Amino acid sequence: MHSLGSVVEKVRSKNAGPFIITIDIFCKREEIYRKIEASLNKKFLSKYLNVKEGSIKIYLIDNLKVVKVSVDRLFIQGSRFDRDIHGAQLANLISELMIE
Amino acid sequence: MSTKVLVPSGVLGLGFNEKALEKGLERNPDIICIDGGSTDSGPFYLGTGTTKYSEEICKQEWRVLMQARHRLNIPLMIGSCGTCGTNSMVDWMFKLTLEIAKELGQDLKIVRVYCERKKDALITALRSNAIKPLNPILSVNEEEIETFSNIVALAGAEVFQNALSQRADIVIVGRATDTAIISALPLLKKENNGASWHGAKIAECGAFCSTNPQSGVILLEVDKNGFTVEAMAEDAFCSPDSVSAHMLYENSNPFILYEPGGHLDVSDAQYQAINKRQVRVTGSKWIPNQEYTVKLEAAKLAGFQTVMLATIREKYYVDNVVRWTEKLKELGKEKVIANLSLNNCDFDIDVRIIGRDATLGNQEKSFSRDLREVGILVIITASTQKISTQIAAVLNPYLLHLPLQENTALPTFSFPFSPASIDKGELYEFALNHVEILNNPCEGFEFLVNKVRYA
Repeated sequence: MHSLGSVVEKVRSKNAGPFIITIDIFCKREEIYRKIEASLNKKFLSKYLNVKEGSIKIYLIDNLKVVKVSVDRLFIQGSRFDRDIHGAQLANLISELMIE
Repeated sequence: MSTKVLVPSGVLGLGFNEKALEKGLERNPDIICIDGGSTDSGPFYLGTGTTKYSEEICKQEWRVLMQARHRLNIPLMIGSCGTCGTNSMVDWMFKLTLEIAKELGQDLKIVRVYCERKKDALITALRSNAIKPLNPILSVNEEEIETFSNIVALAGAEVFQNALSQRADIVIVGRATDTAIISALPLLKKENNGASWHGAKIAECGAFCSTNPQSGVILLEVDKNGFTVEAMAEDAFCSPDSVSAHMLYENSNPFILYEPGGHLDVSDAQYQAINKRQVRVTGSKWIPNQEYTVKLEAAKLAGFQTVMLATIREKYYVDNVVRWTEKLKELGKEKVIANLSLNNCDFDIDVRIIGRDATLGNQEKSFSRDLREVGILVIITASTQKISTQIAAVLNPYLLHLPLQENTALPTFSFPFSPASIDKGELYEFALNHVEILNNPCEGFEFLVNKVRYA
Protein backbone atom coordinates (compact mmCIF):
# COMPACT_ATOMS: atom_id res chain seq x y z
CA MET A 1 0.00 0.00 0.00
CA HIS A 2 1.18 3.49 -0.85
CA SER A 3 -0.28 6.88 -0.15
CA LEU A 4 -1.89 8.37 -3.26
CA GLY A 5 0.27 11.48 -2.85
CA SER A 6 3.47 9.44 -3.10
CA VAL A 7 2.65 7.94 -6.51
CA VAL A 8 1.24 10.97 -8.34
CA GLU A 9 2.89 14.22 -9.46
CA LYS A 10 0.71 16.43 -7.27
CA VAL A 11 -2.70 16.85 -5.70
CA ARG A 12 -4.15 20.31 -5.28
CA SER A 13 -7.50 21.67 -4.20
CA LYS A 14 -9.02 25.13 -4.50
CA ASN A 15 -12.31 26.91 -4.13
CA ALA A 16 -14.20 27.15 -7.41
CA GLY A 17 -16.47 30.00 -6.42
CA PRO A 18 -17.95 30.22 -2.90
CA PHE A 19 -19.88 26.94 -3.00
CA ILE A 20 -17.61 24.29 -4.53
CA ILE A 21 -14.13 22.91 -3.86
CA THR A 22 -12.34 21.26 -6.76
CA ILE A 23 -9.54 18.73 -6.35
CA ASP A 24 -7.06 18.02 -9.17
CA ILE A 25 -4.99 14.82 -9.07
CA PHE A 26 -2.12 15.08 -11.56
CA CYS A 27 -1.21 11.41 -12.11
CA LYS A 28 1.58 11.88 -14.66
CA ARG A 29 1.89 8.13 -15.44
CA GLU A 30 -0.77 6.33 -17.45
CA GLU A 31 -0.96 3.25 -15.21
CA ILE A 32 -1.35 5.41 -12.10
CA TYR A 33 -4.03 7.47 -13.86
CA ARG A 34 -5.97 4.30 -14.70
CA LYS A 35 -5.54 2.90 -11.21
CA ILE A 36 -6.74 6.08 -9.49
CA GLU A 37 -9.59 6.51 -11.93
CA ALA A 38 -10.71 2.96 -11.08
CA SER A 39 -10.34 3.34 -7.32
CA LEU A 40 -12.14 6.65 -6.81
CA ASN A 41 -15.90 6.48 -7.09
CA LYS A 42 -18.64 8.74 -5.81
CA LYS A 43 -19.85 6.36 -3.14
CA PHE A 44 -16.42 6.00 -1.60
CA LEU A 45 -15.63 9.72 -1.85
CA SER A 46 -18.96 10.61 -0.31
CA LYS A 47 -18.10 8.60 2.79
CA TYR A 48 -14.45 9.56 2.88
CA LEU A 49 -14.96 13.30 2.43
CA ASN A 50 -18.21 13.39 4.38
CA VAL A 51 -20.12 15.05 1.52
CA LYS A 52 -23.37 14.14 -0.23
CA GLU A 53 -22.92 11.70 -3.07
CA GLY A 54 -25.11 13.86 -5.30
CA SER A 55 -22.77 16.81 -4.89
CA ILE A 56 -19.72 14.94 -6.23
CA LYS A 57 -18.60 15.22 -9.82
CA ILE A 58 -15.65 13.29 -11.21
CA TYR A 59 -13.97 14.34 -14.46
CA LEU A 60 -11.23 12.54 -16.36
CA ILE A 61 -8.83 14.65 -18.38
CA ASP A 62 -6.99 12.10 -20.49
CA ASN A 63 -4.44 14.37 -22.15
CA LEU A 64 -3.20 15.65 -18.77
CA LYS A 65 -3.78 12.34 -16.93
CA VAL A 66 -5.73 14.28 -14.34
CA VAL A 67 -8.59 12.99 -12.23
CA LYS A 68 -10.66 15.95 -11.10
CA VAL A 69 -13.16 15.79 -8.25
CA SER A 70 -15.52 18.69 -7.51
CA VAL A 71 -17.62 18.68 -4.34
CA ASP A 72 -19.99 21.07 -2.61
CA ARG A 73 -18.42 22.75 0.41
CA LEU A 74 -19.58 21.63 3.86
CA PHE A 75 -20.04 25.30 4.69
CA ILE A 76 -20.33 28.19 2.26
CA GLN A 77 -17.00 29.97 1.89
CA GLY A 78 -16.39 32.39 4.76
CA SER A 79 -19.61 31.56 6.61
CA ARG A 80 -19.40 31.13 10.38
CA PHE A 81 -18.45 27.45 10.48
CA ASP A 82 -16.17 27.44 7.44
CA ARG A 83 -12.58 26.52 8.34
CA ASP A 84 -10.66 26.99 5.13
CA ILE A 85 -11.61 29.95 2.94
CA HIS A 86 -9.60 28.80 -0.10
CA GLY A 87 -10.23 25.08 0.40
CA ALA A 88 -6.65 24.25 -0.50
CA GLN A 89 -6.01 22.01 2.51
CA LEU A 90 -8.65 19.45 1.52
CA ALA A 91 -6.17 18.06 -1.02
CA ASN A 92 -4.22 16.52 1.87
CA LEU A 93 -7.03 14.07 2.58
CA ILE A 94 -6.79 12.77 -0.98
CA SER A 95 -2.98 12.68 -0.84
CA GLU A 96 -3.11 10.56 2.30
CA LEU A 97 -5.47 7.95 0.83
CA MET A 98 -3.82 4.54 0.82
CA ILE A 99 -4.01 2.71 -2.50
CA GLU A 100 -2.66 -0.64 -3.64
CA MET B 1 -4.60 39.63 -38.79
CA SER B 2 -4.87 39.06 -35.07
CA THR B 3 -5.68 40.82 -31.80
CA LYS B 4 -3.01 40.98 -29.13
CA VAL B 5 -3.98 41.33 -25.47
CA LEU B 6 -1.30 42.00 -22.88
CA VAL B 7 -2.20 40.71 -19.41
CA PRO B 8 0.23 42.06 -16.77
CA SER B 9 -0.85 39.70 -13.97
CA GLY B 10 -3.75 37.76 -12.47
CA VAL B 11 -4.88 40.72 -10.40
CA LEU B 12 -3.89 44.32 -9.82
CA GLY B 13 -1.97 44.50 -6.55
CA LEU B 14 -0.31 41.09 -6.83
CA GLY B 15 2.80 42.37 -8.61
CA PHE B 16 4.35 41.73 -12.01
CA ASN B 17 7.80 41.64 -13.51
CA GLU B 18 8.39 45.06 -15.11
CA LYS B 19 11.02 43.72 -17.52
CA ALA B 20 8.48 41.20 -18.74
CA LEU B 21 5.91 43.96 -19.14
CA GLU B 22 8.44 45.91 -21.23
CA LYS B 23 8.95 42.85 -23.44
CA GLY B 24 5.21 42.59 -23.85
CA LEU B 25 4.94 46.24 -24.85
CA GLU B 26 7.62 45.75 -27.52
CA ARG B 27 5.25 43.26 -29.16
CA ASN B 28 2.75 46.06 -29.84
CA PRO B 29 -0.33 44.76 -28.04
CA ASP B 30 -3.72 46.20 -29.03
CA ILE B 31 -4.86 46.50 -25.42
CA ILE B 32 -3.78 45.95 -21.81
CA CYS B 33 -6.29 44.09 -19.62
CA ILE B 34 -6.12 43.24 -15.95
CA ASP B 35 -8.46 41.75 -13.40
CA GLY B 36 -8.96 43.56 -10.10
CA GLY B 37 -10.66 41.01 -7.88
CA SER B 38 -12.66 37.88 -7.20
CA THR B 39 -14.69 36.27 -4.43
CA ASP B 40 -11.72 34.04 -3.52
CA SER B 41 -10.99 35.82 -0.27
CA GLY B 42 -14.49 35.42 1.06
CA PRO B 43 -17.61 37.55 1.53
CA PHE B 44 -16.22 40.34 3.74
CA TYR B 45 -15.00 42.51 0.85
CA LEU B 46 -18.31 42.37 -1.01
CA GLY B 47 -20.19 42.86 2.25
CA THR B 48 -18.27 46.02 3.09
CA GLY B 49 -17.43 47.24 -0.43
CA THR B 50 -13.70 47.29 0.31
CA THR B 51 -10.49 45.92 -1.20
CA LYS B 52 -8.08 43.43 0.32
CA TYR B 53 -5.08 44.81 -1.56
CA SER B 54 -2.83 47.66 -0.48
CA GLU B 55 -3.92 50.97 -2.01
CA GLU B 56 -0.29 52.04 -2.27
CA ILE B 57 0.71 48.92 -4.25
CA CYS B 58 -2.35 49.10 -6.50
CA LYS B 59 -1.55 52.72 -7.26
CA GLN B 60 2.09 51.98 -8.06
CA GLU B 61 1.11 49.16 -10.42
CA TRP B 62 -1.69 51.16 -12.04
CA ARG B 63 0.75 54.03 -12.63
CA VAL B 64 3.10 51.68 -14.51
CA LEU B 65 0.18 50.42 -16.61
CA MET B 66 -1.10 53.95 -17.31
CA GLN B 67 2.37 54.95 -18.49
CA ALA B 68 2.52 51.85 -20.71
CA ARG B 69 -0.92 52.59 -22.15
CA HIS B 70 0.04 56.18 -22.85
CA ARG B 71 3.26 55.23 -24.61
CA LEU B 72 1.52 52.86 -27.02
CA ASN B 73 -1.74 54.84 -27.14
CA ILE B 74 -3.85 51.74 -26.55
CA PRO B 75 -6.75 51.16 -24.16
CA LEU B 76 -6.25 49.90 -20.62
CA MET B 77 -9.10 47.99 -18.97
CA ILE B 78 -9.73 46.70 -15.49
CA GLY B 79 -12.70 44.68 -14.25
CA SER B 80 -13.79 43.62 -10.74
CA CYS B 81 -11.78 46.52 -9.40
CA GLY B 82 -11.02 46.68 -5.70
CA THR B 83 -11.50 42.92 -5.07
CA CYS B 84 -15.31 42.96 -4.95
CA GLY B 85 -16.28 45.28 -7.83
CA THR B 86 -18.86 47.32 -5.91
CA ASN B 87 -19.68 50.91 -6.88
CA SER B 88 -17.48 52.16 -4.02
CA MET B 89 -14.53 50.32 -5.56
CA VAL B 90 -15.20 51.77 -9.04
CA ASP B 91 -15.10 55.21 -7.37
CA TRP B 92 -11.85 54.24 -5.61
CA MET B 93 -10.22 53.10 -8.85
CA PHE B 94 -11.41 56.27 -10.61
CA LYS B 95 -9.92 58.39 -7.81
CA LEU B 96 -6.54 56.62 -8.13
CA THR B 97 -6.68 57.06 -11.91
CA LEU B 98 -7.31 60.82 -11.62
CA GLU B 99 -4.48 61.24 -9.08
CA ILE B 100 -2.05 59.41 -11.36
CA ALA B 101 -3.25 61.26 -14.50
CA LYS B 102 -2.54 64.52 -12.70
CA GLU B 103 0.92 63.39 -11.58
CA LEU B 104 1.82 62.16 -15.07
CA GLY B 105 0.14 65.03 -16.92
CA GLN B 106 -2.08 62.86 -19.11
CA ASP B 107 -5.22 63.67 -21.11
CA LEU B 108 -7.64 60.78 -20.90
CA LYS B 109 -11.08 59.57 -21.79
CA ILE B 110 -12.22 57.37 -18.93
CA VAL B 111 -15.30 55.15 -19.02
CA ARG B 112 -16.58 53.85 -15.71
CA VAL B 113 -19.14 51.07 -15.43
CA TYR B 114 -21.08 50.46 -12.22
CA CYS B 115 -22.30 46.90 -11.71
CA GLU B 116 -24.27 47.01 -8.46
CA ARG B 117 -27.92 45.97 -8.42
CA LYS B 118 -30.28 47.86 -6.16
CA LYS B 119 -32.43 45.75 -3.85
CA ASP B 120 -35.70 46.95 -5.40
CA ALA B 121 -34.42 46.15 -8.90
CA LEU B 122 -33.52 42.65 -7.74
CA ILE B 123 -36.95 42.21 -6.13
CA THR B 124 -38.62 43.36 -9.37
CA ALA B 125 -36.50 40.86 -11.30
CA LEU B 126 -37.41 38.12 -8.82
CA ARG B 127 -41.12 38.89 -9.21
CA SER B 128 -40.86 38.78 -12.99
CA ASN B 129 -39.13 35.38 -12.81
CA ALA B 130 -35.84 36.73 -14.19
CA ILE B 131 -33.74 35.33 -11.31
CA LYS B 132 -32.73 31.68 -11.69
CA PRO B 133 -30.86 29.55 -9.12
CA LEU B 134 -27.58 27.78 -9.84
CA ASN B 135 -26.33 24.62 -8.14
CA PRO B 136 -25.93 24.27 -5.19
CA ILE B 137 -29.28 25.98 -4.66
CA LEU B 138 -29.52 28.82 -2.17
CA SER B 139 -33.04 29.94 -1.51
CA VAL B 140 -33.83 33.61 -1.87
CA ASN B 141 -36.95 35.67 -1.19
CA GLU B 142 -37.89 39.33 -0.92
CA GLU B 143 -37.35 39.58 2.84
CA GLU B 144 -33.88 38.10 2.49
CA ILE B 145 -32.97 40.49 -0.31
CA GLU B 146 -33.81 43.37 2.05
CA THR B 147 -30.99 42.16 4.35
CA PHE B 148 -28.29 42.16 1.63
CA SER B 149 -25.55 44.75 2.01
CA ASN B 150 -24.20 44.77 -1.55
CA ILE B 151 -25.38 43.04 -4.72
CA VAL B 152 -23.32 42.97 -7.91
CA ALA B 153 -23.90 41.51 -11.36
CA LEU B 154 -20.91 40.13 -13.26
CA ALA B 155 -20.52 42.11 -16.47
CA GLY B 156 -19.96 40.24 -19.71
CA ALA B 157 -17.76 41.10 -22.70
CA GLU B 158 -20.43 43.38 -24.23
CA VAL B 159 -20.09 45.85 -21.34
CA PHE B 160 -16.36 46.24 -22.06
CA GLN B 161 -17.06 46.43 -25.81
CA ASN B 162 -19.56 49.20 -25.24
CA ALA B 163 -16.91 51.16 -23.31
CA LEU B 164 -14.27 50.48 -25.98
CA SER B 165 -16.60 51.61 -28.77
CA GLN B 166 -16.75 54.99 -27.02
CA ARG B 167 -13.00 55.25 -27.71
CA ALA B 168 -12.07 55.05 -24.06
CA ASP B 169 -8.41 55.24 -23.05
CA ILE B 170 -9.14 53.70 -19.70
CA VAL B 171 -12.08 51.46 -18.81
CA ILE B 172 -12.90 50.89 -15.14
CA VAL B 173 -15.57 48.26 -14.57
CA GLY B 174 -17.07 46.96 -11.34
CA ARG B 175 -17.67 43.23 -10.95
CA ALA B 176 -17.09 41.34 -14.20
CA THR B 177 -16.15 37.82 -15.18
CA ASP B 178 -12.35 37.47 -15.32
CA THR B 179 -12.56 36.33 -18.92
CA ALA B 180 -14.90 39.06 -20.19
CA ILE B 181 -12.21 41.71 -19.59
CA ILE B 182 -9.79 39.88 -21.88
CA SER B 183 -12.14 38.43 -24.50
CA ALA B 184 -13.93 41.74 -25.19
CA LEU B 185 -11.57 43.21 -27.81
CA PRO B 186 -10.80 39.97 -29.72
CA LEU B 187 -14.57 39.34 -29.93
CA LEU B 188 -15.20 42.93 -31.03
CA LYS B 189 -12.65 42.47 -33.81
CA LYS B 190 -14.45 39.28 -34.91
CA GLU B 191 -11.67 36.90 -34.00
CA ASN B 192 -12.71 33.29 -33.44
CA ASN B 193 -15.17 33.42 -30.55
CA GLY B 194 -14.23 30.07 -28.97
CA ALA B 195 -10.58 31.08 -29.08
CA SER B 196 -11.36 34.53 -27.65
CA TRP B 197 -13.03 33.04 -24.58
CA HIS B 198 -10.64 30.14 -24.15
CA GLY B 199 -7.59 32.37 -24.54
CA ALA B 200 -9.11 34.75 -22.00
CA LYS B 201 -9.60 31.91 -19.52
CA ILE B 202 -5.99 30.78 -19.99
CA ALA B 203 -4.63 34.33 -19.57
CA GLU B 204 -6.92 35.50 -16.76
CA CYS B 205 -4.48 34.56 -14.01
CA GLY B 206 -1.51 36.02 -15.89
CA ALA B 207 1.50 33.73 -15.84
CA PHE B 208 -0.30 31.02 -13.82
CA CYS B 209 -0.49 29.14 -17.12
CA SER B 210 3.34 29.15 -17.35
CA THR B 211 6.21 27.60 -15.40
CA ASN B 212 6.76 30.84 -13.44
CA PRO B 213 3.40 32.03 -12.08
CA GLN B 214 4.90 34.94 -10.13
CA SER B 215 6.29 36.66 -13.25
CA GLY B 216 2.79 37.80 -14.15
CA VAL B 217 2.94 38.95 -17.74
CA ILE B 218 1.23 37.00 -20.54
CA LEU B 219 0.68 37.91 -24.18
CA LEU B 220 -2.43 36.47 -25.78
CA GLU B 221 -2.79 36.61 -29.56
CA VAL B 222 -6.20 35.63 -30.92
CA ASP B 223 -7.02 35.21 -34.62
CA LYS B 224 -9.72 33.72 -36.83
CA ASN B 225 -8.72 30.12 -36.11
CA GLY B 226 -7.32 29.94 -32.60
CA PHE B 227 -5.01 31.63 -30.14
CA THR B 228 -1.37 31.67 -29.11
CA VAL B 229 -0.30 32.26 -25.54
CA GLU B 230 3.18 33.26 -24.49
CA ALA B 231 4.80 34.16 -21.16
CA MET B 232 6.84 37.38 -21.31
CA ALA B 233 9.34 36.85 -18.47
CA GLU B 234 12.72 35.43 -19.50
CA ASP B 235 12.43 32.50 -17.11
CA ALA B 236 8.76 31.69 -17.77
CA PHE B 237 7.80 28.99 -20.24
CA CYS B 238 4.48 27.75 -21.57
CA SER B 239 3.86 24.13 -22.52
CA PRO B 240 0.69 22.37 -23.72
CA ASP B 241 0.46 20.88 -20.21
CA SER B 242 0.95 24.15 -18.31
CA VAL B 243 -1.59 25.88 -20.56
CA SER B 244 -4.27 23.20 -20.65
CA ALA B 245 -3.91 22.61 -16.88
CA HIS B 246 -5.07 26.16 -16.30
CA MET B 247 -8.54 25.20 -17.56
CA LEU B 248 -8.79 23.11 -14.36
CA TYR B 249 -7.77 25.86 -12.00
CA GLU B 250 -10.60 27.16 -9.80
CA ASN B 251 -13.01 25.69 -12.33
CA SER B 252 -15.32 22.91 -11.19
CA ASN B 253 -15.83 21.54 -14.72
CA PRO B 254 -12.58 21.28 -16.72
CA PHE B 255 -14.28 21.29 -20.14
CA ILE B 256 -17.05 23.85 -19.80
CA LEU B 257 -16.96 27.47 -18.67
CA TYR B 258 -20.25 29.34 -18.28
CA GLU B 259 -20.12 32.99 -19.23
CA PRO B 260 -22.70 35.72 -19.79
CA GLY B 261 -24.48 34.82 -23.04
CA GLY B 262 -23.24 31.28 -23.48
CA HIS B 263 -20.58 28.79 -22.61
CA LEU B 264 -17.13 27.75 -23.70
CA ASP B 265 -16.53 24.08 -24.54
CA VAL B 266 -12.89 23.01 -24.73
CA SER B 267 -13.53 19.24 -25.02
CA ASP B 268 -12.04 19.17 -28.52
CA ALA B 269 -9.33 21.80 -28.03
CA GLN B 270 -5.88 20.96 -29.38
CA TYR B 271 -2.78 22.32 -27.65
CA GLN B 272 0.44 22.48 -29.62
CA ALA B 273 3.88 23.75 -28.60
CA ILE B 274 5.29 26.23 -31.13
CA ASN B 275 8.46 26.53 -29.07
CA LYS B 276 9.14 26.45 -25.34
CA ARG B 277 7.50 29.84 -24.82
CA GLN B 278 4.50 29.71 -27.12
CA VAL B 279 1.54 27.37 -27.19
CA ARG B 280 -1.02 27.37 -29.99
CA VAL B 281 -4.59 26.33 -29.20
CA THR B 282 -7.36 25.52 -31.70
CA GLY B 283 -10.69 23.73 -31.62
CA SER B 284 -12.30 25.62 -28.70
CA LYS B 285 -16.02 26.20 -29.18
CA TRP B 286 -18.34 28.95 -28.00
CA ILE B 287 -21.97 27.92 -27.67
CA PRO B 288 -24.31 30.90 -27.37
CA ASN B 289 -27.28 30.67 -25.06
CA GLN B 290 -30.77 31.77 -26.06
CA GLU B 291 -31.17 33.78 -22.90
CA TYR B 292 -28.51 36.32 -21.90
CA THR B 293 -27.77 35.75 -18.23
CA VAL B 294 -25.34 37.38 -15.80
CA LYS B 295 -24.27 35.88 -12.51
CA LEU B 296 -25.22 37.71 -9.33
CA GLU B 297 -23.28 37.95 -6.09
CA ALA B 298 -24.50 39.30 -2.78
CA ALA B 299 -23.31 39.40 0.80
CA LYS B 300 -25.35 39.93 3.92
CA LEU B 301 -24.46 40.77 7.48
CA ALA B 302 -24.62 37.53 9.47
CA GLY B 303 -23.55 38.76 12.90
CA PHE B 304 -20.57 40.05 14.82
CA GLN B 305 -17.65 38.05 16.08
CA THR B 306 -15.14 37.94 18.91
CA VAL B 307 -12.22 35.53 18.86
CA MET B 308 -10.05 34.15 21.64
CA LEU B 309 -6.97 32.01 21.50
CA ALA B 310 -5.42 29.97 24.29
CA THR B 311 -2.63 27.42 24.06
CA ILE B 312 -2.23 24.33 26.21
CA ARG B 313 1.06 22.59 26.95
CA GLU B 314 0.07 20.57 30.03
CA LYS B 315 0.14 16.89 29.05
CA TYR B 316 -3.02 15.82 30.85
CA TYR B 317 -5.09 18.51 29.18
CA VAL B 318 -3.48 17.99 25.78
CA ASP B 319 -4.26 14.26 26.01
CA ASN B 320 -7.85 14.99 27.01
CA VAL B 321 -8.39 18.08 24.88
CA VAL B 322 -11.56 16.87 23.14
CA ARG B 323 -13.30 16.18 26.45
CA TRP B 324 -12.01 19.46 27.82
CA THR B 325 -13.35 21.53 24.91
CA GLU B 326 -16.73 19.76 25.18
CA LYS B 327 -16.88 20.78 28.84
CA LEU B 328 -15.75 24.31 27.99
CA LYS B 329 -18.55 24.67 25.44
CA GLU B 330 -21.19 23.12 27.68
CA LEU B 331 -20.42 25.13 30.84
CA GLY B 332 -19.70 28.24 28.79
CA LYS B 333 -23.09 28.08 27.06
CA GLU B 334 -24.94 27.49 30.34
CA LYS B 335 -23.26 30.48 31.96
CA VAL B 336 -23.84 32.73 28.95
CA ILE B 337 -27.55 31.82 28.87
CA ALA B 338 -27.89 32.33 32.64
CA ASN B 339 -25.84 35.51 33.02
CA LEU B 340 -26.58 37.37 29.79
CA SER B 341 -30.27 36.42 29.46
CA LEU B 342 -29.72 34.95 25.99
CA ASN B 343 -31.31 32.02 24.25
CA ASN B 344 -29.33 29.15 22.80
CA CYS B 345 -30.14 30.31 19.27
CA ASP B 346 -28.88 33.88 19.85
CA PHE B 347 -25.22 32.99 19.63
CA ASP B 348 -22.65 30.42 18.47
CA ILE B 349 -19.54 29.35 20.31
CA ASP B 350 -17.29 27.48 17.90
CA VAL B 351 -14.22 25.89 19.49
CA ARG B 352 -11.47 24.64 17.17
CA ILE B 353 -8.54 22.60 18.38
CA ILE B 354 -5.40 23.73 16.57
CA GLY B 355 -3.07 20.75 16.30
CA ARG B 356 -5.95 18.32 15.95
CA ASP B 357 -8.63 19.16 13.38
CA ALA B 358 -8.91 22.96 13.19
CA THR B 359 -8.38 22.94 9.42
CA LEU B 360 -10.60 20.09 8.25
CA GLY B 361 -13.09 19.72 11.10
CA ASN B 362 -15.20 16.59 10.79
CA GLN B 363 -13.50 15.72 7.50
CA GLU B 364 -10.24 15.01 9.35
CA LYS B 365 -9.12 11.37 9.33
CA SER B 366 -5.73 11.34 10.95
CA PHE B 367 -5.24 11.94 14.66
CA SER B 368 -1.92 11.81 16.44
CA ARG B 369 -1.82 10.28 19.91
CA ASP B 370 1.26 12.21 20.75
CA LEU B 371 0.55 15.93 20.59
CA ARG B 372 2.90 18.16 22.56
CA GLU B 373 0.64 21.20 22.62
CA VAL B 374 -2.65 22.42 21.18
CA GLY B 375 -4.21 25.78 20.42
CA ILE B 376 -7.81 26.49 21.37
CA LEU B 377 -9.40 28.93 18.97
CA VAL B 378 -12.77 30.18 20.20
CA ILE B 379 -14.96 31.99 17.68
CA ILE B 380 -18.05 33.66 19.08
CA THR B 381 -20.82 34.92 16.81
CA ALA B 382 -23.76 37.01 18.02
CA SER B 383 -26.22 39.56 16.69
CA THR B 384 -24.29 42.59 18.01
CA GLN B 385 -20.66 43.27 18.79
CA LYS B 386 -21.62 44.16 22.34
CA ILE B 387 -23.19 40.74 22.97
CA SER B 388 -20.32 38.94 21.31
CA THR B 389 -17.79 40.83 23.47
CA GLN B 390 -19.82 40.05 26.58
CA ILE B 391 -19.91 36.34 25.74
CA ALA B 392 -16.13 36.36 25.43
CA ALA B 393 -15.89 38.00 28.84
CA VAL B 394 -18.10 35.28 30.35
CA LEU B 395 -16.00 32.53 28.74
CA ASN B 396 -12.65 34.07 29.66
CA PRO B 397 -12.25 32.49 33.14
CA TYR B 398 -13.17 29.05 31.75
CA LEU B 399 -10.73 29.30 28.90
CA LEU B 400 -8.03 30.24 31.38
CA HIS B 401 -8.81 27.96 34.32
CA LEU B 402 -11.37 25.22 33.61
CA PRO B 403 -10.42 21.96 35.37
CA LEU B 404 -11.50 18.68 33.79
CA GLN B 405 -12.29 17.00 37.11
CA GLU B 406 -13.87 18.32 40.25
CA ASN B 407 -11.73 18.87 43.34
CA THR B 408 -8.46 19.21 41.47
CA ALA B 409 -6.06 22.13 41.39
CA LEU B 410 -7.10 24.87 39.00
CA PRO B 411 -5.08 24.70 35.81
CA THR B 412 -3.97 27.95 34.16
CA PHE B 413 -3.61 27.84 30.42
CA SER B 414 -1.64 30.17 28.22
CA PHE B 415 -3.07 33.38 26.74
CA PRO B 416 -0.74 34.77 24.09
CA PHE B 417 -1.96 38.36 24.45
CA SER B 418 -3.79 40.84 26.62
CA PRO B 419 -6.66 41.41 26.28
CA ALA B 420 -7.30 37.74 25.61
CA SER B 421 -10.18 38.43 23.23
CA ILE B 422 -10.28 40.31 19.94
CA ASP B 423 -13.43 41.85 18.52
CA LYS B 424 -13.38 40.80 14.90
CA GLY B 425 -16.29 42.98 13.83
CA GLU B 426 -18.90 42.11 11.22
CA LEU B 427 -19.34 38.63 9.79
CA TYR B 428 -20.67 38.62 6.23
CA GLU B 429 -21.96 35.63 4.32
CA PHE B 430 -22.53 35.04 0.61
CA ALA B 431 -26.25 35.11 -0.03
CA LEU B 432 -26.85 34.43 -3.74
CA ASN B 433 -25.96 31.71 -6.21
CA HIS B 434 -28.16 32.89 -9.05
CA VAL B 435 -28.20 34.37 -12.51
CA GLU B 436 -30.35 37.16 -13.82
CA ILE B 437 -31.86 37.05 -17.30
CA LEU B 438 -31.24 40.37 -19.09
CA ASN B 439 -33.06 41.88 -22.07
CA ASN B 440 -29.74 43.14 -23.38
CA PRO B 441 -26.16 42.56 -22.15
CA CYS B 442 -25.75 46.11 -20.80
CA GLU B 443 -29.09 46.23 -18.96
CA GLY B 444 -28.65 47.47 -15.41
CA PHE B 445 -25.00 48.46 -15.89
CA GLU B 446 -24.44 52.19 -15.51
CA PHE B 447 -21.90 53.92 -17.79
CA LEU B 448 -20.19 57.21 -16.95
CA VAL B 449 -17.83 58.92 -19.39
CA ASN B 450 -15.28 61.56 -18.41
CA LYS B 451 -12.65 63.46 -20.32
CA VAL B 452 -9.82 64.71 -18.14
CA ARG B 453 -7.04 67.07 -19.20
CA TYR B 454 -3.83 67.31 -17.23
CA ALA B 455 -1.30 67.51 -20.09
